[in-house]
Amino acid sequence: MIATENLQYTYPAAEEGGKATVALRGTEVTIEKGSFVVVLGRNGSGKSTLAKTFNAVLLPMGGKVYVEGMDTADEKLLLAIRQRVGMVFQNPDNQIVATVVEEDVAFAPENLGVPSEEIRRRVDDALEAVDMSAFARHAPHLLSGGQKQRIAIAGVIAMEPECIVLDEATAMLDPVGRQEVLSSVHRLNREKGITVVLITHHMNEAEDADRVIVMDDGAVVMDGAPRAVFSRVEKLWSMGLTVPDTVALLYGLEQEGLKVPRDALTVEECADAVAAALRNESKGNEDQ
Amino acid sequence: MKQILQIEHLTHTYGIGTPFQRSAVDDISFSVEDGEFLGIIGHTGSGKSTLIQHFNGLLKPTSGQILLDGRNIWAEPKKIRSVRFQVGLVFQYPEYQLFEETVYKDIAFGPANMGKAGDELDHCVRDAAKLVELKEETLRKSPFELSGGQKRRVALAGVLAMGPRVLVLDEPTAGLDPAGRENLMANIRDFHRNRGGTIILVSHSMDEIAQNVDRILVLKSSHILMSGAPREVFSRADELISAGLDVPQITRVARALHDRGLPIDPAVYTVEELQRELLALRRGGAAC
Amino acid sequence: MLKDITLGQYFPGNTLAHRLDPRTKILLVILYIVGLFSAAGLFSYGVLILMLIAAVRISKVGARALFRGLKPVLIIILFTAVLNLFFTPGDSITEWWIFRITIQGVRLAVFMVLRIMLLIMGTFLLTYTTSPITLTDGLERLLNPLKKIHIPVHELAMMMSIALRFIPTLIEETDKIMSAQKARGADFESGNLLQRARALLPVLVPLFISAFRRADELAVAMECRCYHGGEGRTKLHVLHFEARDYAGFTVGACVTAGVMALAHFGL
Repeated sequence: MIATENLQYTYPAAEEGGKATVALRGTEVTIEKGSFVVVLGRNGSGKSTLAKTFNAVLLPMGGKVYVEGMDTADEKLLLAIRQRVGMVFQNPDNQIVATVVEEDVAFAPENLGVPSEEIRRRVDDALEAVDMSAFARHAPHLLSGGQKQRIAIAGVIAMEPECIVLDEATAMLDPVGRQEVLSSVHRLNREKGITVVLITHHMNEAEDADRVIVMDDGAVVMDGAPRAVFSRVEKLWSMGLTVPDTVALLYGLEQEGLKVPRDALTVEECADAVAAALRNESKGNEDQ
Repeated sequence: MKQILQIEHLTHTYGIGTPFQRSAVDDISFSVEDGEFLGIIGHTGSGKSTLIQHFNGLLKPTSGQILLDGRNIWAEPKKIRSVRFQVGLVFQYPEYQLFEETVYKDIAFGPANMGKAGDELDHCVRDAAKLVELKEETLRKSPFELSGGQKRRVALAGVLAMGPRVLVLDEPTAGLDPAGRENLMANIRDFHRNRGGTIILVSHSMDEIAQNVDRILVLKSSHILMSGAPREVFSRADELISAGLDVPQITRVARALHDRGLPIDPAVYTVEELQRELLALRRGGAAC
Repeated sequence: MLKDITLGQYFPGNTLAHRLDPRTKILLVILYIVGLFSAAGLFSYGVLILMLIAAVRISKVGARALFRGLKPVLIIILFTAVLNLFFTPGDSITEWWIFRITIQGVRLAVFMVLRIMLLIMGTFLLTYTTSPITLTDGLERLLNPLKKIHIPVHELAMMMSIALRFIPTLIEETDKIMSAQKARGADFESGNLLQRARALLPVLVPLFISAFRRADELAVAMECRCYHGGEGRTKLHVLHFEARDYAGFTVGACVTAGVMALAHFGL
């Protein structure tokens, strides 16, 4: 669906004689259609920059980015690319254009010249998909952060994209809002097969992903299933990231000699693993 | 211990006389000990934001009173500004309030408003900058050249520079990555330890609260749901969950272990502590 | 605090006035204003007052709300009344010092005050029954022909609607910034005009910077949703004229013609 080749990007220096910031150093990433990918990394790791190259908000300074085979650097293909890869940004307010929710959701199809009745259908479907149909005629500024982000997502879905990229879209939300947004995108991924790329620094959002990519200093450092990635506790810590409490506990116990798997991510799995390990040990001790 | 702040039967009602009348805070009473590190948690809309704006006199009670050092802060309404120098309030995303030409001048805004000048003012500014680990050369820069994390530290320094006896922080780590969060909380902890100030931390993050505070106040729908040491509060996990809140993930693991018959305190709230308990259990040999 | 300002005083409803196409209402207001400035005497003003009363009944506006709409211009009304009353040359009724009340003065004062009141109340009705965004859509449709002479109608309408969308957000942000600066001891209440103006700097600077940042982010978000100007854009809600619009316009045109005729004869 999306593929990058030796992708490079450098931000110019903020002031005279200052240093330019290299954000991406020859990154190579492929996103498969229909997958749910989470990109983790600390501030400055390049994850947000990477996301912005996926729909040509930023153009590569070296290397290439292909969306369904289309080169993002090709100006003629810009609209086609942006219709296929939608983006939701961090600030819920600064994405909403209209004074009425359904008008805002209609913005993208209006831009694409979709006929009026078809826009109506898409708007209704999109609001339904994010569970915000009841708010169609409301004023957006009265909504909560989570609700606004769901409207933003609906606005993107109304374009009928293949992929949605969420660029730290949950960073400014409270736990309830974050949960609302995550449920919405997981549902879209499951039920409509929309590819989701979620950029975040909240580790727990990666637990339900198909694949986790960890970035640091402009390069991909880890790439794999959540369990595999989270097991590499020391590496994650060295990159200024955290691991879920469950993994931290298991790692600590393992260091003390207890035989526990490191990748029992969920609370239930973790409890099972710890209880089993303690039981086995004491049984082993009894047997001796 | 001395009580530095006392809230007595505080009620704040918005929109009195209109159809939108609503008490954001309803008959709340509690006190804060001098030097305490208090955490306030509550779902969005529980009244947290309204409550803390009463501590420094930004909002006036509809009924009830606020006592600072035993004196009603509204006894002389014209002098309410002096309360704001003793009770420093840092809002969410405080970096959006920076306005001066240099970081130095921005930090100086608060103490300048207190009437400080010359060497005394300089000392306040540099002292505050040191507390948040801002480098010397950063003081000369424009605040708008800085990164988000640095700007936040400047904003915090701006309040610290007033030398308040009570520091109220509304979600100070919102939007920061894990490393940024840890650094900021470390600065706040150091401030608490070394300067002996009273800290009131409002947060959505159970983990953050659990790892830092002496006592927790839980708000639900404009009332106090419960108050007590972290262990007491987390032992009532079911009530918290039904109040739209959560417990730290590690506490859920402890509860899960407890449910599986292990003699673990289900109110444990840090990874280190659960690890210690499990290892003690293992040494004791009793695991079934 | 600032949040309590209601903008344009739009009151949602389902009256005939609400259901009229915004273009009809805009054109009716224009006809009404033409009539108002043509009116010369009791009869012409009388017809206009009747037209206003009819509109008020149709919109189901409360009388109190209507007169409250006059509050902001009360000073202008008083000023106009006084000016016309005391300083119109003509046949004197009474005199005192430099103040002369003439018959012409009374007549003029009454009509000028009437004109201002009717004008304000008429436009009030427009904003009462038409949401800001609908008004903008209506204006955009009406001004569309100007595109032929290269006036950027779509862009202007888009700017208008984005501004409307961000007003409550910016008001909220101003509130927050003011609170944050007050928490650092800022004083917005005391001092002379100059001091108070200077005290606003810690509010205006962050507000402006924030507004520019918002504009930047919004522009990127819009482009990501395939915005590329007005070319080829369709709309979710397309304005259609219904029978009631044609009827309304006809009535308005007749009334205005009538008023102008009456005025021609000095009535």
